[in-house]
Amino acid sequence: MKLLEKVPAILLLEDGTFFHGFSAGKTGTTWGEICFNTGMTGYQEVFTDPSYFGQILVTTNVHIGNYGIQHNESESKKIQIAGLVCRNFNIAYSRKSADQNIQDYFIDNSLVAITDVDTRALVRHIRSKGAMNCIISSESLDVTVLADQLKKVPSMEGLELASKVSTTQAFDLGSADARYRVAVMDYGAKENIIRSLLSRDCQLRVFPHNASLSEIQAYQPHGVMLTNGPGDPSVMTAQIAVVKEMLEANMSVFGICLGHQLLASAVGVKTFKMHHGHRGINHPVKNLLTGKSEITSQNHGFGVDPESVKANPMVEITHINLNDQTIEGIRIKGKKAFSVQYHPEACPGPYDARYLFDDFIANLN
Amino acid sequence: MPKDSSIRSVLIIGSGPIVIGQACEFDYSGSQAARSLKEEGIEVSLINSNPATIMTDRVTADHIYLLPLTVESIEQILEERKIDAVLPTMGGQTALNLCKEADELGLWEKHGVRLIGVDINAIEKTENREEFRKLMIELGVGVAPSRIANSFLEGKEAAEEIGFPLVIRPSYTLGGTGGSIVRNKEDFEKLLVRGLDASPTHEVLIDKAVLGWKEYELELLRDNNDNVCIICTIENFDPMGIHTGDSITVAPAMTLSDTGFQRMRHEAIRMMRAIGNFAGGCNVQFSMDPDTEDIIAIEINPRVSRSSALASKATGYPIAKIAAKLAIGYNLDELPNQITMSSSAFFEPTLDYVIVKIPKWNFDKFHGADRTLGFQMKSVGEVMGIGRSFNEALQKACQSLEINRMGLGADGKQLRNLDELMNSLEKPSWDRLFHIHDAMSLGVPIKSIEKATRIDRWFLNQIQHLVQLEQELRRYSLGNIPRTLLDEMKKNGFSDAQLAHILGETVSEDDVRARRKQLGLNRVWKLVDTCAAEFEAQTPYYYSTYDVENESVVTDKKKVIVLGSGPNRIGQGIEFDYSCVHGLLAARECGYEAIMINCNPETVSTDFNMADKLYFEPVFWEHLIDIIEHEKPEGVIVQLGGQTALKLAERLEQSGIKIIGTSYGNMDLAEDRGLFSDLLKQLDIPYPKYGVAETAEEAIEIAREVGYPVLVRPSYVLGGQGMSIVINEEELEHAVVDLLRKIPGNRILIDHFLDRAMEAETDCICDGTDVEIMGVMEHIEPAGIHSGDSNSVLPPFGLSPLVVTLMEDYTKKLAHALNIIGLMNVQFAIKNDVVYVIEANPRASRTVPFLAKAYDVPFVNMATKVMLGANKLKDFDIKKRLEGWAIKEPVFSFEKFPNVNKELGPEMKSTGEAIRFIKDLKDPYFRDLYKRKSMYLSR
Repeated sequence: MKLLEKVPAILLLEDGTFFHGFSAGKTGTTWGEICFNTGMTGYQEVFTDPSYFGQILVTTNVHIGNYGIQHNESESKKIQIAGLVCRNFNIAYSRKSADQNIQDYFIDNSLVAITDVDTRALVRHIRSKGAMNCIISSESLDVTVLADQLKKVPSMEGLELASKVSTTQAFDLGSADARYRVAVMDYGAKENIIRSLLSRDCQLRVFPHNASLSEIQAYQPHGVMLTNGPGDPSVMTAQIAVVKEMLEANMSVFGICLGHQLLASAVGVKTFKMHHGHRGINHPVKNLLTGKSEITSQNHGFGVDPESVKANPMVEITHINLNDQTIEGIRIKGKKAFSVQYHPEACPGPYDARYLFDDFIANLN
Repeated sequence: MPKDSSIRSVLIIGSGPIVIGQACEFDYSGSQAARSLKEEGIEVSLINSNPATIMTDRVTADHIYLLPLTVESIEQILEERKIDAVLPTMGGQTALNLCKEADELGLWEKHGVRLIGVDINAIEKTENREEFRKLMIELGVGVAPSRIANSFLEGKEAAEEIGFPLVIRPSYTLGGTGGSIVRNKEDFEKLLVRGLDASPTHEVLIDKAVLGWKEYELELLRDNNDNVCIICTIENFDPMGIHTGDSITVAPAMTLSDTGFQRMRHEAIRMMRAIGNFAGGCNVQFSMDPDTEDIIAIEINPRVSRSSALASKATGYPIAKIAAKLAIGYNLDELPNQITMSSSAFFEPTLDYVIVKIPKWNFDKFHGADRTLGFQMKSVGEVMGIGRSFNEALQKACQSLEINRMGLGADGKQLRNLDELMNSLEKPSWDRLFHIHDAMSLGVPIKSIEKATRIDRWFLNQIQHLVQLEQELRRYSLGNIPRTLLDEMKKNGFSDAQLAHILGETVSEDDVRARRKQLGLNRVWKLVDTCAAEFEAQTPYYYSTYDVENESVVTDKKKVIVLGSGPNRIGQGIEFDYSCVHGLLAARECGYEAIMINCNPETVSTDFNMADKLYFEPVFWEHLIDIIEHEKPEGVIVQLGGQTALKLAERLEQSGIKIIGTSYGNMDLAEDRGLFSDLLKQLDIPYPKYGVAETAEEAIEIAREVGYPVLVRPSYVLGGQGMSIVINEEELEHAVVDLLRKIPGNRILIDHFLDRAMEAETDCICDGTDVEIMGVMEHIEPAGIHSGDSNSVLPPFGLSPLVVTLMEDYTKKLAHALNIIGLMNVQFAIKNDVVYVIEANPRASRTVPFLAKAYDVPFVNMATKVMLGANKLKDFDIKKRLEGWAIKEPVFSFEKFPNVNKELGPEMKSTGEAIRFIKDLKDPYFRDLYKRKSMYLSR
């Protein structure tokens, strides 16, 4: 960005709070639920994570764009966030293997962003007031006009979004000679879930979010992967019913994030909308089975209700969050089914939880 | 696992005197560890020979042993006291080496002492270069091609095989001592011999030099349950080829993708697990090929380090404190995050700001030293800047350095000679950063700068942005600057002084300040909280920036600000931090909210547990005045932070801000040689004949009057900077011309030098009524060697009672005449039984902590209470406990400068000090010192 060529932009929150800044990416207006991610690396993976679909992302790391964009590090084919809020938007980068700069990338993906925002003040606001809808505009700076527009944006609570990001047709991946067949339920799967399974001698059939049990069983999978994805799990009744059928059929199931919430829901555990969620790559989780702790990558605005889990005789808690004691992992008693709220596939994030894929593979034998 | 209850008494080993490569960061870690263990009800014993440390204070440990760091001392402690466990990871390489030596002698086993926080085999694996290399190969972690050599012949063979450029790394040395980069055959033999010599085992590793690769450091913590987390990742601005201690470093990593970072994180954890089983801190260094992103491991240190002190300050996560808890059995997931107290200590801090560390060098003290930076660390201190962008942090670090710069460039000190600039970019020295800016200002393209420096282009782009902003601002005058531009410049860390410089001669710093306030551009303060505001934090650790929200809430308590001493340098080091910390504690005891301002990440004063509020900011006028206007303290304590704090007194006075204790006018009276001599004359106190000159001609005139030899020095200096003794006109002229060139506009003092006089000094506290002489110290070395480089003996051993009485008498007279409220140090020369006063320093001196330790009296605490008016001296019951004598021994770092001779003179050169207690004057150590007293005297 050239000096003084900055176009003013504004970020308005549902509660009337607003922040001034400058336009980045495409000039325009965008809206969604605001959330913040505390990772210091991995912005591109976050932008392309389908679980962020429809959300306006605040990055707490003060420089964004600093190492450019490298296409093979995306977690899906396009940017999934609805907008970005940052402190310093860096167009120039140095990474030799990068394909393009963040500005061109945003233009290619028509993403509206706002920079030079006091992101720390914003995060403190979200921390105390909770997640809410917001609007970013570099077209209009008129708060009343924007507030009217913002009113029309639906609340994330009760919103089903998996259908917006899922594949519409089933497709196969991997070698036919692979040892295992895994059915991947695509609620908005991150690429690295796919890569993590492929690298463990699996061939995959990726199913749309609304595939029926018979369609899945026709593939004769050794196990099912319930992937991550956006939106409120409580309204995904059809998908929950299918997961329930999987359990009844004694299939081997591994759920991640939304998949974890769906697995819990399938045995009657309630889910809830969190105050402002967990998003970052530094969340401490304790594995109650091994007694060891791990640093995890997280991205969720909904969670499974701890009381409901504790009251459920079918569920065993396997992982808890060390910061707020929330439920991070469960397994279904008497079944080969387990799930975690966080992202063992990382990207972005540490390798600490990769063992969960190995555990899943072990269940397939 | 919870706390191991069988550990009831722990011995912590300190790092000894400050030397290049091992400085006050180990006072920070040691004192944190001691407090951490004490809060668990453990009895803490501590050994360290460095008296200027907080760790050796009664406030820190239960039993303090101010003894030389030798196995004999360890044995003595173990015989005197039941010690369950020893924690050797807080005292740097010195402590680890001592622990190992004691282990080899079977001392620990004999006394039933467990080693905690460390694994002796792990030390072996990491310190022995060949073992380390083998282990990495076993793990499949990349390493530079290398070979070990135990002889000259093996070394030559290795060089043949590896080719140039290569690196020679001696085994078991500190701060890269004896190490070097060799670019060609011609230099190799000489440097190989030096390397073999430097290693205690006469072993070196010869590595292929990966010059220009990116360099990263990770700080890890591991517990007994093998849980590991990464506290901080630090990226070096200067690529491979410059020792990390001499590199500008940045956190978080700025140019690293998640893919690259996670690979490093994973390898670091595997490496830590592979070297052994221990709970505690660990530092891992990697290098990355910027083209292929291949990574290789450089080294691993299984202990807290200079970098972990930096990482603690950079993130707010107290590594040493937690490492100490892990050593006694706790697991990370059982401990709370010390900043939030609600989330877990098993956590990886995330930053919503950037920190930049810049080292501070003192090459001017080592004449003839090779000033090029390389594999051997040469810096003596460091500063850290915190900001909400790399540029803001970088400029704040530049403002913290105290090298008369107002930020990065834009202050009239630009170098414009292109050849010199390009040469400096290729052969890095302390000023390369500034020259990058200057070269860009002259229009040198980034590509050429990248080629010459091999610094990552992202960093260069940032600096380029600063240069562009300067150029943009030149189009405007103060009255018509667009708010957006001024805001952008403040967000990029420009000081008002820089902006004033850019806007032209008629604009002052105050004008810019007024204008930005008018435009509503005010500094706000944000919290360092480990978690990017995800959780609420409980600790008062702030930095400033230009943003919307201010988080530093002002209380209605009465407040006092303690000004810190900035970066360590020769002449002003840890002693002043010791005084600042005690100042804070005393002010809190008096019911004040104690506010600390300092920018040195190595120190205890910047530990957020010390003050009620810590502003980690440059000790630089603009930052100071903004904090004062925000906090509205009763006053500012400038007596404790050395010359750094003292020199801000004038401007504070002019701005109507109260200086706690001795007034500015009286301090100035002591510092101004002319006025001070007039005062001595009035008081009938002898002083060497002197004169003040502004030109070489005047100097010659004066020297004739006062008589040769003469001592030549600029007024207002620290640690004898620029001082010399000359014996004739030719030398005098040379010295004066040299001084005027280095410090233009300064007045030059010419004193008659009292050749072969004895030297002595006193420190005192005055409350306006009474004067307490804290101690009288006699120097073993004669006049001509800077007091900081002399062995000081307490109490005097050879001076007559009459001389001592005269010194005490003069001290009292001066304290009253200067209306001292607080501390003062007086330096004396004694010749033919005449006591001359050489100078008086109206502040805490270098010897204050030594006196406090030798007599076991909390002098700074008392002095602070006197300054604040909370107490009079008569309120204190001062009982000095000292049997025999205490000697303050200077410690030097000459081995870091192979071309520099150990020559002592009026300019201070020592980097640290040790205390030694002797029973009587027949002590062989003392006699030996006495015999050698003039050996190193030069001019």
